[in-house]
Amino acid sequence: MNLNDFLQPLTLPAWIVSLPLVAAGLSVALPKIGKPAAIFTAVATSMLVVMLGGEVLEHGTLQMQVGGWPAPLGISLHADGLSAAMLAIACLIAAVVTFYAASYFGPETSPPTFWPLWLFLWAALNALFLSSDIFNLYVTLELLGLSAVSLVALSRSAEALPAAMRYLLVSLTGSLSYLTGVALLYAANGTLDLNTLAAAEPGSPSISTAFALMASGLIIKSALFPMHFWLPPAHANAPAPVSAALSALVVKGSFYILMRLWLTLFEPLINPGTANLIGLMAAIAIFWGSVQALLAKRLKLLVAYSTVAQIGYIFLVFPLTSMPAAGQTAWQGGLYFVLSHACAKAAVFLAAGNVIYSVGHDRISELKGIVRRLPVSMFAFALAGVSLIGLPPSGGFIAKWLYLNAALTAGQWWWAVLILFGGLLSTAYVFRFFSRAFSYSTDTVAGRPVPWIMEWTAFVLASCTMILGLTAPEVIQLFTAGQPF
Amino acid sequence: MDDRQQKTDEFKTLVDFETKFNKMTISLLYALIGVVLLGMGLYRLVIDPHLVKKILALNISGAGVFLFLVAVADRIPGAAPDPVPHAMVLTGIVVAVSATAVALALACRIQEIKGTAELSENEPE
Amino acid sequence: MFLDNWLPLIILLTSLLPGIVIFVLPEARIRLRTSLNMGGATVKLALIGVMIWGVRHEHVYETRLSILPNMDLILNADAMSAMMTALSGILWFLTTLYAIAYLETSPQSRSRFFGFFSLCVSSTIGIALAGNLITFLMFYEMLTLSTYPLVVHRGTPDSMRAGRIYIAYTIGGGAAFLIGVAWLKALVGSVAFTEGGMLAPFVDTYATQLRFIFLLMIAGLGVKAALVPLHGWLPNAMVAPAPVSALLHAVAVVKAGAFGIVRVVYDVFGIEFSAELGLLPPLAAVAAFTIVYGSVRALFQDELKKRLAFSTVSQVSYIVLGASILGPVATIGGIVHLVHQGLMKITLFFCAGNFAETLEVHHISQMNGVGRRMPWTMAAFTLGALGMIGVPPIAGFISKWYLGTGGLAAGQPWIIVILASSSLLNAAYFLPIIYRGWFQDSAESWPDKPAAGMLETHWMLLFPPLITALLALLAGLLADAPFSPLEWARLIAAREYHP
Repeated sequence: MNLNDFLQPLTLPAWIVSLPLVAAGLSVALPKIGKPAAIFTAVATSMLVVMLGGEVLEHGTLQMQVGGWPAPLGISLHADGLSAAMLAIACLIAAVVTFYAASYFGPETSPPTFWPLWLFLWAALNALFLSSDIFNLYVTLELLGLSAVSLVALSRSAEALPAAMRYLLVSLTGSLSYLTGVALLYAANGTLDLNTLAAAEPGSPSISTAFALMASGLIIKSALFPMHFWLPPAHANAPAPVSAALSALVVKGSFYILMRLWLTLFEPLINPGTANLIGLMAAIAIFWGSVQALLAKRLKLLVAYSTVAQIGYIFLVFPLTSMPAAGQTAWQGGLYFVLSHACAKAAVFLAAGNVIYSVGHDRISELKGIVRRLPVSMFAFALAGVSLIGLPPSGGFIAKWLYLNAALTAGQWWWAVLILFGGLLSTAYVFRFFSRAFSYSTDTVAGRPVPWIMEWTAFVLASCTMILGLTAPEVIQLFTAGQPF
Repeated sequence: MDDRQQKTDEFKTLVDFETKFNKMTISLLYALIGVVLLGMGLYRLVIDPHLVKKILALNISGAGVFLFLVAVADRIPGAAPDPVPHAMVLTGIVVAVSATAVALALACRIQEIKGTAELSENEPE
Repeated sequence: MFLDNWLPLIILLTSLLPGIVIFVLPEARIRLRTSLNMGGATVKLALIGVMIWGVRHEHVYETRLSILPNMDLILNADAMSAMMTALSGILWFLTTLYAIAYLETSPQSRSRFFGFFSLCVSSTIGIALAGNLITFLMFYEMLTLSTYPLVVHRGTPDSMRAGRIYIAYTIGGGAAFLIGVAWLKALVGSVAFTEGGMLAPFVDTYATQLRFIFLLMIAGLGVKAALVPLHGWLPNAMVAPAPVSALLHAVAVVKAGAFGIVRVVYDVFGIEFSAELGLLPPLAAVAAFTIVYGSVRALFQDELKKRLAFSTVSQVSYIVLGASILGPVATIGGIVHLVHQGLMKITLFFCAGNFAETLEVHHISQMNGVGRRMPWTMAAFTLGALGMIGVPPIAGFISKWYLGTGGLAAGQPWIIVILASSSLLNAAYFLPIIYRGWFQDSAESWPDKPAAGMLETHWMLLFPPLITALLALLAGLLADAPFSPLEWARLIAAREYHP
C-alpha cells in the first residue's frame, strides 16, 4: 500500500474536492489548526491540480463516478482541459492568497471563522469546476455563495454588513432562478448529467425557458450589467484577501457554468438577437464600470468597478462566438481574459490591501507618493495594471488580440472598436491611481511596515499575468485538451 | 332496466374520466402553484424594504420552486413518482435553511449596528 | 548555427537582463550599477558589430518564438534592422555614460531610473529587430510603458502632467496601431516584414480597406513620430532630465515612430504599391506641413530644450518625407536621416544638458557668452546646429541633398522649396544661439572657470556630445566609405525596389 494506490489518476478529482472540505471541517472543530490546515491544503491541492493537469494533457478527459454509482442516478466528476485550466488558476490564486492571508491576519486580529470559510470557498470552487451534473452545480453554487457572503461580512463593519446582505439576497435569487431552470431541464429530458443532456434534442419551449432562467440566474451571480450593483460594495468592503478571491474567482464560477451550458446545451438555441443582447449589456458594463472607476474616491472601490468593466469584456465572448467565422478564437480569447483577469485583479486587490495595512485607509487623494513606502506592491500594481489595460507582454494583451482577431475575421468591427475604447478607459483609471502613487510628495507618508510575504505574494500574482502572456501556446493547449469547445 | 344501465355506464365513464383528469392535472396544478409562489416571492423580495420580509419572500419563492420540483417528479403518469426530484427538493430545503440562517444572522447584526433592519437604497461608498 | 538562431534575442537580453538586476539593487551600490550598465552596453555593441558584419555578407539571423498558436514573435536582422540597432546601441552606450554623471546629484532613485532606462533600450532594440508587425507592436507598446517612468522621474507636478499627456497620446496611438495590425492580420493572414512589401497581390480585393489600415497605422505611429497634429506630447516631455530628452528624441521614441512608418511603407505595403494606392501624396503633405510647422514654432521658444523639441518635430518628418516620395534617391535620403538626425540631435541635447547642469542655463536669453565659459560644449553644439541647418560637410547636408535630388527625380520639385525654407528657418533659430554663445558677452554670473588643464565639466558629460558631434561630422565627410550610414542606406534602398 503506497501513495500510488491512493492517488490513482481517476481519484484525483475526488481528492481535489475533498481535501479542502476535510480541512474546513477540521478547522471548524479545532480553530487553532485553521491556519496550518489551510497552508497544508494550499500546498497539497496545488500538487494534485498539477497532476490532474498532466493527466488531462495526456488523455484529454478524466471522468469519475462518485461512489461507483453510474449516471443518471450517480454524480460524476469530469475534468477536461477547460476544467483543468480553471482549477489551475483557482488553485494558484487561492494558494497564493492563503499565504497572504496567513500574514494579513495577525495573531490578535484573526477572526476564528476565516479559515473554515476560506477552505469551504475553495472546496466549492474545486467542486464547481469538476462537476458535470447540473444539480451538483447548483449545490456548489450555493456553497460558494454562502461562504463568499460570510467572508464579506467578516469584518462586521457598518459598510460590510449591508453589502453582504445585498450580496446574499442577490445570490439566492440567482440560485433560485437557476434551480427552476434545472427543474425544467429535468422535466424535459429525465437526466441531470451534462454529457447526456448534450445529446438531447433542443428547441422545445421548455428548453428555451430553462435557458432563459438559468442564464438570468448566472448573469445575476456574475454581476453583468445591469445586475452588477451588488458587486462594488461587497468587494470593496471585504478584507483584502477576500476581495481578491471574490473578484478573481467567485464571479468566474457562475460564468464558467454559463459557458459550459452554452457549449453543451444551448448553442443551437442562440440567435443573433440574444447574443447581441448579451453583447450590449457587456458593452454598457465596460463603459459604466470604467467611468465609475474613474470617479471612485477609494482605491478598493476603483478596483471593484474595474471588475465590473472586465466582466463586460469576459461576457463579450458570447456575441463573438455566435459568428461562425470566429469560432475557436473567441472562446480562447474569453478564457484568456478569465485567466489573466483573475491573476491581475487578485494582485491589485492584494496590493490595495497592503496600502490599507500600511496607512490605514485607501482614499486615493491622500495616497501621494505611496510608491516610496510600498515599492514592491506598487510594481505589482503596475504589472497587473498593464494586463488590465491589455498591453504586451501580458495575458490581457493576448486575450485582447484574440478577441480583436475574432471580431475582425467575422467582419464585426464594432466589437473591435468597443474593445479598444475599453482599453483606453482602463488606461485612464489605472493611471489615475498610478500617477498619484508615483508623484513625489516631500512629506513622508506615515505608516507601518508591511510584512514581506504580503508584498511579494502580490508581486508573484502580477508576474503570473506576464507569464500568461508569454506562454500562450502552452496555456491554450491545456484548456483545449479534451475539446471542450 | 336499460335506462338504469345506461345511466350507470355514463356515471362510470364520468367517474373514470374525472379520476384520470384529476390524476393527470394534480401535478400540473402543483407546478402552476409553484410558479405563482415563485413569482409572488420575487415580487415581494424586490418591493419590500424590510429585511425579514425579504428573507421570508425568498423562502416562499424557494418553496414555490420545491413544489415545482415535486410536480416534476410525476413524470410517468400511473407509475411511481421519480425519486430524483425528491432528492433535489431535500437538498434544496437543506440549502434554504442554511441560507435563511445566515440571512437572519446578518439581519440581526445589521439591526444592531444600524438600528433598523432595512437596506438603504444608495450603494454605500 | 546557434548564433544564427539566437543572436537577435541575445542582443536584446544584453540590456534587459542588467536592467532587471538593476531594479533590485540598493541605491548605494553605485559601482555595481555602473558596471552592469556599461558592461551590458559594451557587450551589446560588440554583438551588434558581429551582426552588422554578418548582414553585410548576406548572413541570416532570426529568432522565432511562438507566442500564439498562429503567431510568432520574430526578431530578424535585415539591413534596416541592422542599421537601426547599430544606431541604438552606439547612442545608448553614450547616453548611459552621460546619464550616470548627470544624475549623480539626483535625489530620486537611480536604480529605478536605470532599470527603466535599460527596459527602454531593450524595447527599442526589439522594435529595430522586429520581423513582423505583431513583434513590432508588442515592443512599441513596451516602449511606451518603459518610457513613462522616465518622463515622470522627477515626480514634480509638471512631470506628472507631462506624463499624463504622454500616456494619453501614446496609448491612443497604440490603440489605433493595434486595430490596424489586427485588421490587416484578419484580412491577409500574414504580417511579416518583406523587403519590397507583400500587399501588392491584394490590390483588387481590398484596396479601400488597405487604405484605412494605412491611415490607422500611420496615425498610431505618427504619435510617436510627432507628426502634426499628434506631436503635442513632445514639447511637454521636456521636463524630464536631459538624458531622457536625449534618449527620447534621438534614439528611442521618435525614432521608433519614424522607423515604424518606414517599415510600414516599405516592408508591409511596399513603396510602389503605396504609390499605386495613392497613399503617398497625403503622407508627403503631412510630413511637409510638420517640417515647416515645427521650425516655425521653434523660432518662438526661449527655453532651449523646447526649441530643440520643436526642431525634432520638424526634423523627424524629413524621414517621413523621404518615405513618401517614390524613388530610390529619396528613400536613401529618408533612411539615412534616421541615423544623421539621431547623431546631431543627441549632440544638441547633451549640450543643452551640460549648460543646464553646469551653468544652470535653461533659456536662450541666458546663453550670452557660454562659448567662452564652456568652449568644447559650445563647439559640439555648433557642429550639431550647423548639421541641422544643412551645412556641408556635416551629415545633415547629405540627407537634405538626397531628399532634394530625390524629389526632383520623382517630379516633385516642391520638395526643394520645403527643404530650402526649412533650412532657412533652422538657420533662423540656430544661428542666433551660436552667435550669442560665441560672440556676446555674458551678463550672468557663472561659477568660475576651472583651472587650466581641467575639463570644463565632468568628463562623462563632456565626451558623449563631443563623440556624437564627431560622428556626425565623419558621417558626412566619409559618406562614401564602406559601413557609413549612407552606404548602408543605399544598400537598404536597393532592396526595397523591385527591379
